Amino acid sequence: MAEVQDGATGSAVQKHDDGAGAPATAVVRANRVANPGFPPERPRVTDLDPKKAKAAERTVTALFFLSIIGSAVAVAAYILFPIDESAPSTIRLSNMFIGIGITLGMLGIGIGAVHWSKALMHGHEEVEMRHPTRGSDETRAQAVEIFRESNAESGFTRRSLMRNTLIGAVVATPIPAVALFRELAPHEDPIALLRHTMWDTGVRLARDPSGTPIRASEVTIGSVFQVIPEGLTDLESHRIEEKAKAAVLLMRLPIDELNETEERSSWSYDGIVAYSKICTHVGCPVALYEQQTHHLLCPCHQSQFDVANHCEVIFGPAARPLPQLPITVDDEGYLVAQSDFTEPVGPSFWEREL
Amino acid sequence: MALTSAASPRRTGRRHPLATTALLVVGLLSTGGVYALVTTSATADTRAASAELVDEGGKLFAANCASCHGLNAAGTEAGPSLIGVGALAVDFQVGTGRMPMAASGPQAEVKPVQFTQEQTDAMAAWVADLAPGPAIPADRYLAGDGDASNGAELFRINCAMCHNVAGAGGALTEGKWAPGLANIDPVHVYGAMVTGPQNMPVFSDLNLTPEEKNDVITYLRYLDENPSVGGFDLGSLGPVSEGLFIWIFGLGGLVAVTIWLTAKSN
Repeated sequence: MAEVQDGATGSAVQKHDDGAGAPATAVVRANRVANPGFPPERPRVTDLDPKKAKAAERTVTALFFLSIIGSAVAVAAYILFPIDESAPSTIRLSNMFIGIGITLGMLGIGIGAVHWSKALMHGHEEVEMRHPTRGSDETRAQAVEIFRESNAESGFTRRSLMRNTLIGAVVATPIPAVALFRELAPHEDPIALLRHTMWDTGVRLARDPSGTPIRASEVTIGSVFQVIPEGLTDLESHRIEEKAKAAVLLMRLPIDELNETEERSSWSYDGIVAYSKICTHVGCPVALYEQQTHHLLCPCHQSQFDVANHCEVIFGPAARPLPQLPITVDDEGYLVAQSDFTEPVGPSFWEREL
Repeated sequence: MALTSAASPRRTGRRHPLATTALLVVGLLSTGGVYALVTTSATADTRAASAELVDEGGKLFAANCASCHGLNAAGTEAGPSLIGVGALAVDFQVGTGRMPMAASGPQAEVKPVQFTQEQTDAMAAWVADLAPGPAIPADRYLAGDGDASNGAELFRINCAMCHNVAGAGGALTEGKWAPGLANIDPVHVYGAMVTGPQNMPVFSDLNLTPEEKNDVITYLRYLDENPSVGGFDLGSLGPVSEGLFIWIFGLGGLVAVTIWLTAKSN
């Protein structure tokens, strides 16, 4: 090892002379603690007692034998417990026995191999020192020579036009992939999609999943209806996306328990209120309605909304009340939307005002 | 009938002038009679309450329920009015042991049932006699022989958010909870949907038709009769119990194997 230079800071960077001199780390403390080395090697019971070694050998053999049996069990289980498509419980038996067989087959090999190496292979502790990573001067000179020769043969620096067109071609190849990835983005403006739902003036409120419209007279006090816009079930495409935005919960409260603000007093009908079912936190469906407390609970992060007070947040991480759908009744007695939601439903997004 | 059928071959073409009228009268009477018979048998439970049963129920109510609900069931500060709740609400609340309550708390708990079915029926008859309300449904809506897959879809949309998709129940706010639905008497499932006990919303027959309720009952029966295909369902509580299981046993197993791999043999 080289000389230690003790500077003011207590450490110094050792000067690097050549590759052969200092293979280890460069920083050395003057008052360093001496390496205590390894504790004295403890012989294992299998080293001392041939009977124990024999027993370990038998254990390993038994484990490998168990593995063979396990593999056979898996094949036998596949034959003995076939899956009957009309009886789902047969899947359970088949999976269980095949799984037990394969587990025995693999764990038998694994545990046996580890036990073999730990108990029977030689147990001497060894230290392998790190090698310097720098190549010898000859190999370095050889590498330089290879580069020089191949440059001379190919004319990579001499024939510059050909080289530059190659570089240009390589740069151009990923461009089609960029164009293809662009296809993954929505065709329409995603922000406009987030702002609007299927609800519109005169769209009837319909039951999920049947799509039958709901009359105001059918919503008894304490009722809750899972609502989709009428016409959703007839959509040819994007039905799930539209449902995910337009899902609404319809509730009827005793009219004296409903506190409505002046500007929203026309948004309900005879104690019947409709609110977006999409949580304003991260968009889980909020549908755990308690009809006595008029609280709505989101099952994902326990946000609570007070339906009696325009779904204001009374607990949890949601930042905004659930958007209210203004509703009224058409001349046939069916509940209809007065308009779309007046604000985007669901969680916040970058371009959202508010 | 007799007049026309009695006609011999020789007298064909000749009919008593009143035969048509008689035929009409007989036809009308029989259709009306059959209709009356069918409809009364379907709603027999609603009107079966005899005055004696109502009296009996009134006495039981006065002795066991009136301290909270008031002597004429109009409600007090301790308990809600029962006017118009119907026989079905009584059958649900008393028949599951929720009423009479042992103590006021966030939610009435299921307890051993305190009354015989006859006593429950009597109280139900008395409450139904106060004002019309939901009655015990006909047996065909409780048979559980409907469309289980339709019932499952309705259950997922209307019930699963609180009661869990496998009917295992779940927590609500401030100490309330939605009970598990394993092995519940169909009439209580039906009663809960129609009457909306405690914080459960109402799913009246105008929202879910009696046939659809029977489908839901069919689905719950299917769950009772078919154990989880995956083996251990860990309470069907989903990510909570499954995550806990894998954190304790899966990671615990990995830690144990790692220690074993690196430890020196004895």
